[in-house]
Amino acid sequence: MLVNLKKIKERVELKLTDINSMNDLNELKVKMLGRKGEITLLLRSLKDLPVEQRGKVGKLGNEVKGEVEKLISLKEQDIKNHVLNNRLINEAIDVTLPGLPIQHGAKHPLTQMAEEIKEIFMGLGFSIAEGPEIELDYYNFEALNIPRNHPARDMQDSFYISEDIVLRTHTSPVQVRTMEKLAPKLPVKIIVPGKVYRRDDDATHSPMFQQVEGLVIDEKITFANLKGTLMLFAHQVFGDDVKARYRPSYFPFTEPSAEMDISCVNCKGSGCRVCSHTGWVEILGAGMIDPRVLIYGGYDPEKVTGFAFGMGIERIAMLKYGVNDLRLFFDNDKRFLEQF
Amino acid sequence: MIVSINWLNKYVDININADELAHKITMAGIEVEEVKKVDEDTILELELTPNRGDCLGLINLAREVSAITGNELKIPQINIEENDEDISDYVKVEIADSSLCKRYSARVIKNVQIKPSPSWLQDALNNSGIRPVNNIVDITNYVMLESNQPLHAFDYDLLGSNKKILVRKAKEGEVIVTLDESERVLDEEMLVITDGDKPVALAGVMGGLHSEISDDTVNILLESANFLGTNVRKTSKKVGLRSESSIRFEKGVDVNAVIYASNRATQLIQELAGGEVVRGIADIYPEPQKCLNIKLRTEKVNDLLGTELSADEIEKHLISLSFNLEKEGTDYLVKIPTYRPDIELEVDLIEEIARLYGYENIPATLPIGGTTQGGLDDYQKFRKQATSILARSMFEVVNYSFINPAVFDSLLLSDDSELRNVVKLANPLSEEQSVMRTLLLPELLENINRNLARKNDNLSFFEIGSVFTPKGDNLPEERLKVGAVVSGYTEVNWLKHKVELDFFYLKGILERWLSEIGLSNYEFRSSQKASYHPGRTAVILVDEVEIGVIGEIHPLVLDNFDIKERVCAFELELDEVYKLITSKVMMELITKYPAVERDIAIVLKDEITASRVVNNIKENGTELLRNVTVFDLYTGDQVETGYKSLAFKLKFQALEKTLTENDVNEAVQNILMKLEKDLAAKLR
Repeated sequence: MLVNLKKIKERVELKLTDINSMNDLNELKVKMLGRKGEITLLLRSLKDLPVEQRGKVGKLGNEVKGEVEKLISLKEQDIKNHVLNNRLINEAIDVTLPGLPIQHGAKHPLTQMAEEIKEIFMGLGFSIAEGPEIELDYYNFEALNIPRNHPARDMQDSFYISEDIVLRTHTSPVQVRTMEKLAPKLPVKIIVPGKVYRRDDDATHSPMFQQVEGLVIDEKITFANLKGTLMLFAHQVFGDDVKARYRPSYFPFTEPSAEMDISCVNCKGSGCRVCSHTGWVEILGAGMIDPRVLIYGGYDPEKVTGFAFGMGIERIAMLKYGVNDLRLFFDNDKRFLEQF
Repeated sequence: MIVSINWLNKYVDININADELAHKITMAGIEVEEVKKVDEDTILELELTPNRGDCLGLINLAREVSAITGNELKIPQINIEENDEDISDYVKVEIADSSLCKRYSARVIKNVQIKPSPSWLQDALNNSGIRPVNNIVDITNYVMLESNQPLHAFDYDLLGSNKKILVRKAKEGEVIVTLDESERVLDEEMLVITDGDKPVALAGVMGGLHSEISDDTVNILLESANFLGTNVRKTSKKVGLRSESSIRFEKGVDVNAVIYASNRATQLIQELAGGEVVRGIADIYPEPQKCLNIKLRTEKVNDLLGTELSADEIEKHLISLSFNLEKEGTDYLVKIPTYRPDIELEVDLIEEIARLYGYENIPATLPIGGTTQGGLDDYQKFRKQATSILARSMFEVVNYSFINPAVFDSLLLSDDSELRNVVKLANPLSEEQSVMRTLLLPELLENINRNLARKNDNLSFFEIGSVFTPKGDNLPEERLKVGAVVSGYTEVNWLKHKVELDFFYLKGILERWLSEIGLSNYEFRSSQKASYHPGRTAVILVDEVEIGVIGEIHPLVLDNFDIKERVCAFELELDEVYKLITSKVMMELITKYPAVERDIAIVLKDEITASRVVNNIKENGTELLRNVTVFDLYTGDQVETGYKSLAFKLKFQALEKTLTENDVNEAVQNILMKLEKDLAAKLR
């Protein structure tokens, strides 16, 4: 019997080397350890042995049973690992194949640019003011110190609806509308985004474009404040290494007036096609609000001062994104829109 | 404006190179666009601001250069030999309308010799972009470029026998043939120079052909006058003629330069064409213009600029511009010369100081004072969100606000459609851009057409923009609309998940959008709308108020827009949507009790809409019914013709207990019973 027990173990070991499937393993398990399994029966037959042998054989029997159980369970783990490994190997995919394209879209680059500009100024405590795109001549011109037949009207050839109604040529009418609404409250800090219209259509002019206008009115606002605010803006949009310069200019609604140039973002100021080899590109017009405009808006120019600035969003976007043709913004070609 | 540096050098020493000069004057407000070397000379191309028309005269420009560089200004001295005759025997000047002609002066020079100008004069004109003609005409142009005072020389003997210059308004329909040999028909608002009878020049714009200086001219009458800029501008626009003279008057010419220019030209004529100068100038100047005196406060200068300039420094800059000053403590009374009409207020003087001091020398600081919250208001936040959600699945486009009125026919709009009620531009660039849009659809269809033509397919675009409706004499009404178009399929991919961008695709986007912006009580109702497919269109309603339309575009409209693919679109009143948003986000309780799902399929008549069925189920599902989803639609062999099968997934869940089989069965039975009773729908 002792011999039998030892042989059983050897036989199980031998059989296990041939077994590769869970089914075969279960079969062996039943055959050995099941209710009528060889080892079960053998151990059950212990009671037939003489008492003096029972202890020794019983001990060995249980040892063999334990070992067989262990062998089978090891094999079981082995097979499971094998099956899992096979599955994992079979399930391998070409991870370099592209992912499922999610249907996507984007805001128009001009919207993105406008949002960026607005956010910069909102961070400085500016609110957003808006006004109609079709405007009274009064707000678009007169109240901005541009009377009829003023030569400055040449700068902005306008689309008219009637004698007194015009497609606004700039966002500046909102300056006066806002002042009228707020006067004499201080401070006034607004940003005015919106579409504007000029009777111009060529490679560098679009009859419709977008502007952002800024307006600050308070006691003791200075030209130095204008420079500081615009510098901060330019650094946020174009980076901290951008340089700025201010040239005297003329706008009927500001005095003194200035145009702001920044060092060319394309060539860093060394001269290229973008900056016509000057190293500088103009980005906006600005100035101290003309006292006549403050009066139109209901403020006393002896008590308060203010500055205003205005820029074409297209211009800023062209510089920032390297867009080489203004007309692309209104062409709405998918290949263009996808890039932003 | 084109400036020869050699010529400019006559009035101010230029001892720096051209590029340096260009930079300096640019930074002081006279923008140089280009510096060009031409032979021995250098040409500056200036972009003058409209308030500095005075710098069209080289002497005035030289005054600027003198102020900027510190070099002395040299104004040509004048010497004329006059004869003993009296100008009043040759010409009487009369101004009939002194509001349009502030001053008119005439000189007469006899026995001149007409010939080509010497080369220095021809070169000077050529380098300034003016074609030389003959010595007399060239001198008038030369002096104009020098002094900014337009001049005109008439052939005295062709001015008729009245010995008279009468400046008056033209008569309606009066005709003049100008120097460019064009016949100009005049109206009562235009000012003309006449010889007492007929017009001989269009005031400030161009002389008449009849009395022009020719090779046969012997005696000349030299006009130096000042005409009202706004009127010259109007006339010049009306007759479509801009001349060197009209440009100058439009921008404003110094009324006190009239005599200087006349004498300067006379001097040159005497030098270059010989001739005898009749003594005196017939000069009519009804209301001599006085110099403006402006008070300038040193404190105000520094308060406005944010600088700490001393009175001395301020004084230095003003004197460099040849302004006369009277000092009153730290303030000044500044006498403004009439050649600087742009200076009207104290701030104008402050700008003069600032630009000569140098904008670059003014510090850059941030405003101090009251803080403000800033940021977007609710309506602005809403629009930002509305854009952001749509931009996740579609590309935003920006189209012009003006459209072609012919698109209304292409869109098959009825003749009485209110969308045809447009705001018209009085002066459009073209008929194609002549009316303000009342809807976004036509340009969105153009976007599809253009992209398909360029082989960009699978398109989905949206736009948020204003539309305009006339309101009589008042400002038009402006409303924001949101529109979208889709065409094609989702992107091609190897996974074969390809979905057509059809009605239901677009409706899915719209429903998601409505849900995220917080509008829930809307209804899609089958409807027929111009431009849209009659069987594939719905209006979107909230409390029976129509806020928009969604549908497939009518095939005939697609034909009209030359689009070969199916296109679906929606267009909603964005401002209306904003007003209707009521829902605030409030969390619903999440129950810990399990949900039970049941699928039902029913057969019912084709014309009963899915929304009627869903509403019926919701009404009768009791509070246990959490959700109804349509998951199948079938028509075909398995159901009778005229019928369809719809399948729904119903989800039941109770807040306070685990549902029993019986609870759910009861609820489903009740739903099925009501479906049969109300809609004659049978369980399949």
